[in-house]
Amino acid sequence: MLSALLIMALGAVVLGAALGWASIKFKVEGDPLVDKVDAILPQTQCGQCGFPGCRPYATAIAKGEADINQCPPGGEEGIRKLADLLGREFKPLNAEHGVEKPKSVAIIDEATCIGCTLCIQACPVDAIVGAAKQMHTIVAPLCTGCELCLPPCPVNCITMQPIGETVETWKWKYPVIEIKPAEDKKAA
Amino acid sequence: MMRELFNFHGGVKPETNKAQSTREPIVVAPLPPHLVVPLHQSIGGTPHPLVQAGERVLKGQRIGAADGNVSAAVHAPTSGKIVAVEPRVMAHTSGLAMLSVVIEPDGEEAWMPLYPSNYRSMQPDEIRDTLRDAGVVGLGGAVFPSHLKLKGARDKRMTLILNGAECEPYITCDDMLMRERAQDILRGAQIMRHMLGAQDVLIGIEDNKPEAAQAMREAARALGERMDVVVVPTRYPAGGAKQLIRVLTGIEVPHGSRSTDYGVQCFNVGTAYAIHETLNLGRPLISRIVTVSGNVERPRNYEVLFGTPMSHLVKLAGGRPDTDRTIMGGPMMGYLMPNPDVPVVKATNCVIAGSRAMFPPPPPEMPCIRCTACVDVCPADLQPHEMYWFARAKNFGKAQEYHLFDCIECGCCAYVCPSHIPLVDYYRFAKTEIWARERDKAAADSARERFEFRTFREEREKEEKAAKLAAKTAAGRQTAEKKAVPAAAPAGDALQAAAAAAQAEGTVATPSAPPQPATADLSAPVAAETAPAADPKKALIEAAIERARKQREAVSPKNTDNLSDAKRAEIAEIEARRAKIREMAKTHDEDGAS
Amino acid sequence: MPGSHTLATVAPRAVMRRPWKSDLNNSPYVRKPASVQSVMLRVLLALVPGIAAYVWYFGAGILVNLAIASAAALAGEAAMLHARGRPMGIFLADLSAIVTAWLIVLTFPPIVPWWITAGATLFAIVIVKQLYGGLGQNPFNPAMAAYAITIVAFPALMSQWPHAGVDFASQLDLILGGERTLDAITGATPLDALRTAMHSAAGTQTVAQVLAGGTAFGLFGGRGWEWIAVAYLLGGLYLWQQRIISWHMPAAFISGIVVVAGLLHLINADQFAAPIFHLLSGGTMLAAFFIVTDPVSGATTPRGKLIFAAGAALVTVVIRTFGAYPDGIAFAVLLMNICVPLIDMKTQPPVFGHKDD
Repeated sequence: MLSALLIMALGAVVLGAALGWASIKFKVEGDPLVDKVDAILPQTQCGQCGFPGCRPYATAIAKGEADINQCPPGGEEGIRKLADLLGREFKPLNAEHGVEKPKSVAIIDEATCIGCTLCIQACPVDAIVGAAKQMHTIVAPLCTGCELCLPPCPVNCITMQPIGETVETWKWKYPVIEIKPAEDKKAA
Repeated sequence: MMRELFNFHGGVKPETNKAQSTREPIVVAPLPPHLVVPLHQSIGGTPHPLVQAGERVLKGQRIGAADGNVSAAVHAPTSGKIVAVEPRVMAHTSGLAMLSVVIEPDGEEAWMPLYPSNYRSMQPDEIRDTLRDAGVVGLGGAVFPSHLKLKGARDKRMTLILNGAECEPYITCDDMLMRERAQDILRGAQIMRHMLGAQDVLIGIEDNKPEAAQAMREAARALGERMDVVVVPTRYPAGGAKQLIRVLTGIEVPHGSRSTDYGVQCFNVGTAYAIHETLNLGRPLISRIVTVSGNVERPRNYEVLFGTPMSHLVKLAGGRPDTDRTIMGGPMMGYLMPNPDVPVVKATNCVIAGSRAMFPPPPPEMPCIRCTACVDVCPADLQPHEMYWFARAKNFGKAQEYHLFDCIECGCCAYVCPSHIPLVDYYRFAKTEIWARERDKAAADSARERFEFRTFREEREKEEKAAKLAAKTAAGRQTAEKKAVPAAAPAGDALQAAAAAAQAEGTVATPSAPPQPATADLSAPVAAETAPAADPKKALIEAAIERARKQREAVSPKNTDNLSDAKRAEIAEIEARRAKIREMAKTHDEDGAS
Repeated sequence: MPGSHTLATVAPRAVMRRPWKSDLNNSPYVRKPASVQSVMLRVLLALVPGIAAYVWYFGAGILVNLAIASAAALAGEAAMLHARGRPMGIFLADLSAIVTAWLIVLTFPPIVPWWITAGATLFAIVIVKQLYGGLGQNPFNPAMAAYAITIVAFPALMSQWPHAGVDFASQLDLILGGERTLDAITGATPLDALRTAMHSAAGTQTVAQVLAGGTAFGLFGGRGWEWIAVAYLLGGLYLWQQRIISWHMPAAFISGIVVVAGLLHLINADQFAAPIFHLLSGGTMLAAFFIVTDPVSGATTPRGKLIFAAGAALVTVVIRTFGAYPDGIAFAVLLMNICVPLIDMKTQPPVFGHKDD
């Protein structure tokens, strides 16, 4: 009886110590779920989701405060990935937040630009260079296509230009599988 | 002399179909009505156009300048008038258009003045620049700029390998080049040997090209060069660079490593010939030997100017009416062309006119039965069926774990697959998809970083403003009257200085690099603050904030702790430059104001 | 045809983009004339010598079963393909269902009632193959799964074998559901006979004595069985010569049997039969060349193939010697099928250029 108690007690102590050690050793910094959600979001920082940037939206998703279908730049693929990650049901993009558009970059018509710096203030990713009363320009590789610079421009000199496919970015298409009729796939 | 040969795993023996196009000697293809020379013809940066529509060019004149070191120049293949510089459909499966120079030949073939150079008296860097500016790239099909490969390894015994294996069916351009111009090839090889400091030169030729091997042996004897012609067994893909290196030396160069690190370097015989022409004759790369074969009456090899439409060649060779496709390259790895008129480029070793009868569509695709016939033939020792499985499921991480990027797309697996699965299509799909995702991810990561930094910066500025305001209220109470009048002048100064700094940095900052914290710190927000500051009171406050901030930054720089001395020196230099610009801007502004 | 063009008439820039869904395939444009159908056909061909020997020793009853099983397999396959909305023609013509059917028949007693043959074949095709996704998708060997379920469900019927020389008429009668009381016609397999004898003798008889005494035994293995095994070996060598199977699986399976049985024989020759008996009795040779070599449910890496087949051999001998069933090949193969993903994952061969890693 006594030995049984001792054994159980010893077991409890050892396991408790092991758990305690593991909790210190494998401590997770921050909230990994927010990071994972944030990694799926396109980092356009456009705010179309109703949050001031991708990370706040990711935080809201992780907390369950926001739906997964509020990100137009992420599009359907993004919603699918979020649904997979969070084990939620896929749902189509909420049209209130906008529609999926081809990836674009903003272009400043440099002849019209008056150098008011308003677009620089609006750009969430510091992709516009310029100074007061000087012409501004957009660093195309850094532009996420969020369109936030369009409304502030007093002279409407910014336009969105879809990014074309080049030989470098061209992708081979998914090979067509002839053998499977599409019906049962669509039904699923 | 017998040499020990090594073996590579797998490989297949498709019908070679080479005899048809070796019956006639190489002939120069007549000038087409127009030449469309794409600027992007090699791995690396797209050359900048140097000419405009309406200009006249001479044969061999540079029309596209190399963009950076990983690039190669492009030249006018003949003399004539530039009709247009505009996007034209490329010799690429995608059917996309890229910037091309359209030349209308004047038929005079008037060369630029040519300056042969003596490579023995040149510095290696000088030779490399010459090759880059002559547009010399690998002519085996990979079109990698050759000058980048011609660097010796100081501590290694180097072996130069000339690739004359030419294992793809139908293609005979290297074979014919070796038969007819063996000495010139070896003169090019002399230059390569010189640059690499290579002791051994091995010329690998498949045993189905005895004439070429004989010609090369005789040429080596005639030049008195010790270069070994090694006949290797005919087995596709023995002409793959990695496979040939393995066969000749036993060395396996892994994917993603440079073969120089393993003491070998492998070049196509056509490249050697081009190097000879460039240095010994001064001619840039404007033409190449192209096999025209397949569904044509008279298959043969032509010496073709770049920019010649493929349809022009097919017509010359007598294309049959049931031709329904144009293939660039061989039947194992070649690419379907978007239309028959795309131009011959540096990568075009062969143009095959194809028909349904010649290349019947594959029978319907069946499920993989894991028979491992693909494993048995894979020259890269991969597990093609596993890669297929993951690529098909779009499980790209797993596909990469199974070494997707070691795949050389030789097509052996699809060639033998009893289920007729287009395996290589799946690998190409997965590879381009992975690249696209990596690009997207890099862009998203950089956007996230910049956004986070911006948020952090705004946060910090808000705090600083609040602190400043508190300090000012406290100070204001003590010396309210005294300060009120003289404060206006320095505030105005500071305002100007800030605006000038913003302006200076806004224009100086390099756009491509993500902004250095110290730089970005100042530019955008300062501009933002200064712009609407018309109200003198507001200006007063902001100037004060600005002053305080500068003070604080001077006292305790936040992100410059623990820097190396070099970095520190660099920062000091930048600061000095900035101060100078500010000074200049200030005087300039004052001048303007007065 | 839209893809064709005459060289002279197509103006530059007329065709901007090759329509992707055009019927032109990408490289390679040439292919070796190989197909699933031809692979399966050669497997069937390789089985013919074994079947011939079978008929020679045990009568033509097996041919009736082959016909029944083939018909059942095709019917089951067709029904499932229809239900799953797959094209029927190419999948019925691939002959994989026939191979499964023949393997079932060759592992079953030749006088088993027709409904067992048909039921087992349907089970193999419908449940084990098609419900897992059809050709190429089944994790278990269909024939072996069918064997395992049948021997568990009908142990008595599955262990009655005709004596050599039983005439076709009585075989047919049995297949069609005739009365099975005639000990004169049916008996046990050599493996079964040995096991029963050894159990009942309980240590009073040595293996050698049993083998010398029983009518079921021949020179080295079972009477008749040993020559059927040799015929399978011939068929297997043909498959190897045709590069349909690699040497790994048969070699590892046979040497596995020899090593494990040999060790037991060395430990106690009185208790355990010699390796040659194991090789030439039961389904060893059939398994070595036709069953463990099933590509779909087997391991695919060279080392994996060796492990898979050797593991199957070990389990086979253990079940034969110590287990409750006369032959353990089916269970051994199914057990190893479960391990295939792990085996494959752990035995990935080094790729080109990474051999020193």
